[in-house]
Amino acid sequence: MQDQRGARMAAEAARVSKRFGANQALHNVSIEIPAGDSRALVGRNGAGKSTLVAVLTGLLAPDSGSVRLGDQPAPALSERRAWRERVAAVYQHSTLVPTLTVAENLFLNAQPTAGGFGIRWGLLRERAEAVLQEWGLDVEVTEEAGRLGVEQRQIVEIARALIQGTRFIILDEPTAKLEGREVARLFERIGRLKQGGVTFLYISHHLEEIYEVCRSVTVLRDGSVVTSRPLAEMNQESVVAAMVGEAVRGQRRAPPAPQQGGVPSLVVAGLKVDGCDDVSLEIAGGECVGLAGLAGSGKEAIGEAVAGLIHRQAGRIEVAGVAMPAGGAAAARRAGVGYVPRDRRRQGIVPLLSVAENLTMTIQERLGPAGLILPAERERQAQRMIGALQLVAAGTEQPIGELSGGNQQKAVLGRALASDPKLLVLAHPTQGVDIAAKEALFAIVARARAEGTGVLVVSDDLDELTICDRVLVVFKGRIAASFAAGWDDRELVAAIEGMAMHG
Amino acid sequence: MAETGSTTVAAPRLGGRRRGMALALRELSLLPAIVLTIIAGALISNAFLTTANFFNILQQSSELSVLVIAESLILIAGKFDLSLESVVGLAPMVSAWLVLKDTAMGGSGVGLDPALAIVVLFVVGALVGTMNGFLVVRLRLNAFIVTLAMLILLRGVTLGITNGKTLFELPPAFLYLGSGKWLGVPISIWIAGILYLLFGLFLRYHRVGRALYAIGGNPEAARVAGIQVERITWGAFIVAGVLSALAGLMLTGRIASVVSSEGQNMIFYVFAAAVIGGISLNGGRGRLLGALTGVLLLGILQNVLTLALIPAFWIDAAYGAIILVALVLSRVSGGTAQDQ
Repeated sequence: MQDQRGARMAAEAARVSKRFGANQALHNVSIEIPAGDSRALVGRNGAGKSTLVAVLTGLLAPDSGSVRLGDQPAPALSERRAWRERVAAVYQHSTLVPTLTVAENLFLNAQPTAGGFGIRWGLLRERAEAVLQEWGLDVEVTEEAGRLGVEQRQIVEIARALIQGTRFIILDEPTAKLEGREVARLFERIGRLKQGGVTFLYISHHLEEIYEVCRSVTVLRDGSVVTSRPLAEMNQESVVAAMVGEAVRGQRRAPPAPQQGGVPSLVVAGLKVDGCDDVSLEIAGGECVGLAGLAGSGKEAIGEAVAGLIHRQAGRIEVAGVAMPAGGAAAARRAGVGYVPRDRRRQGIVPLLSVAENLTMTIQERLGPAGLILPAERERQAQRMIGALQLVAAGTEQPIGELSGGNQQKAVLGRALASDPKLLVLAHPTQGVDIAAKEALFAIVARARAEGTGVLVVSDDLDELTICDRVLVVFKGRIAASFAAGWDDRELVAAIEGMAMHG
Repeated sequence: MAETGSTTVAAPRLGGRRRGMALALRELSLLPAIVLTIIAGALISNAFLTTANFFNILQQSSELSVLVIAESLILIAGKFDLSLESVVGLAPMVSAWLVLKDTAMGGSGVGLDPALAIVVLFVVGALVGTMNGFLVVRLRLNAFIVTLAMLILLRGVTLGITNGKTLFELPPAFLYLGSGKWLGVPISIWIAGILYLLFGLFLRYHRVGRALYAIGGNPEAARVAGIQVERITWGAFIVAGVLSALAGLMLTGRIASVVSSEGQNMIFYVFAAAVIGGISLNGGRGRLLGALTGVLLLGILQNVLTLALIPAFWIDAAYGAIILVALVLSRVSGGTAQDQ
């Protein structure tokens, strides 16, 4: 521990590579974080930030390359305790035991005892209070950890790291779930800890924050370090440029929306749901509109509200001119919304059921009278859809879980289209599918649009957004910007990351 | 900023105190129900409020209460064990069978030394616990179904060993705990009391005890804190097996024989007592003191129902209904919120 305090380097990774299957998550990544530094780690989704953090905290072994912490080689992966004394990460999800008090969480498995047996509860509380006070952290030590808010939980996790002797702390998007006032307090605390000699690696999607908290920045792109330098030398524009790489104009990939007057496919007015407030948007018949934003920005909530999956606190949703009643997913479907959920394994398919059953799940009422499902009719419908979707399956009776990801996604999309919706809501529609399947999926969407179906694409994948006529950027629960097809990728990314960028 | 900071500090601090008190009260949320039952008992029968009846209740609850400790250890660690009651039958059956010489009476003819047989009894308990631990912790099978299968298997073995015969004429070593007295108080009451004290202290004042809570509350966090999650969970199964064997020995001594159905259906009352006593089925929450009040409530209730001359065929129905009422009451009064 003392070593770490006098160390020159809090953490170093040298030529670290890590591969998951076909995906090279990290490629020869080298990073040096001097003791006392506060380093920002930025990069778009999938740039390798999480993998690098996992390697630096000893949760993953790199395929090649080496890690040093506090001027010493990193411990073996199994020595959790040794890792914890050198580095701690505070994630968005809690790593506290919710049923125990704050004090006990701080000293878990290291409670002060009188000769092995006999935990000294009074002393435990005093020590916990002393530590929290020493670092200027304010949480009641007798509180149950499960009842803490996000802010207080983070404080406890930071304090726990400090108690274990760690002077190198990784904060993984700590402000994602905090309110403005709480964010300000967090920054204040970080400032105090920095003065106390604590080194930070700070991961954030909100670029303006890193200028407040950090001294230097490392930018990752596609698993490689693009640059590492003091923030004083980089303005926000150059950080974004490093994240995005070559400036690419958003290549429009689909024909523009057929200009037709008529009723709009979707009207959202003054929508308020958990995570979003006062959202209004409109999609014309056959138009495709993208909804982009960071994780936690609220873009998913908007899509889910339109699909009837989450409760609407206020606002009006009209599908093809008819107000959509509150009443869950079934009501939304009856109103004419087809929905492709984000996580097809969790919300899209029932893996053990057959392709036919999965495909016809939304149109069961057409499969026979009085709630009956006639096998012949289901087979006919399924065959028709398999043909239309060019789905590759051994037969209609094959469990859908056995299909490739791309074919599963086609089935989910096909099912959403089966009920002839007026509006399609697609959440990350091509996540985890190969390029050929992606093109096929886009073609299916294009066919639906040609028939006048409006499309809402919820995504932050620039490639998926290229099929859109317009992209709306959601930032902290509000629509912050709008881009017409042919946007500049850098400007779009800057808006997504929450920066006002001009030019 | 400093001002906003201090106001947010003040609020949780107050909340924390109050919650601390609520926690202490929660353990005793069954007390009103117990008092009510005692009053009812006193009104129903003159025989109720007597020292003899008092000891009677405690002694009859002693085996159940030891099993409740065993189950609580496992429940707190976030697991489940239905097979404990089968150990209550199997462990004494195996060891008594090994002792008895007369094969016509169901014995094995081995004639094992009684002292050694008592060791065997505990080894059987430990082995069953080890087996459960292996299946649940190491192979990561679902604890419910594993221990259910184990329950059925061991019940069958208990029946099979003696072809369903009841074993009598047990050596004194088997009878001592269930029938002897220390200072005029039945030994089984002493044992149950001492075990509650020891395990209560262990769970509150020993790191391994606290580790059980951490494992049940958030196993990942426990692992990160350097707690040997698998080893300790497995250990809980083994200790629970040994405690169940002890409960079997106590029961055997009290009824001076080993019946093939020994301990049958006890597991339901074990769960009922633990759960109305505040041990969470989700793990990580509850104290032995609470579990003890659960045992006492059930024991007193059983006694009062018997004294009230409820027809034997209806006692179980009355019992079940009252357990439900107790659950509802504890939720309403203490906000115990069993398994929110």
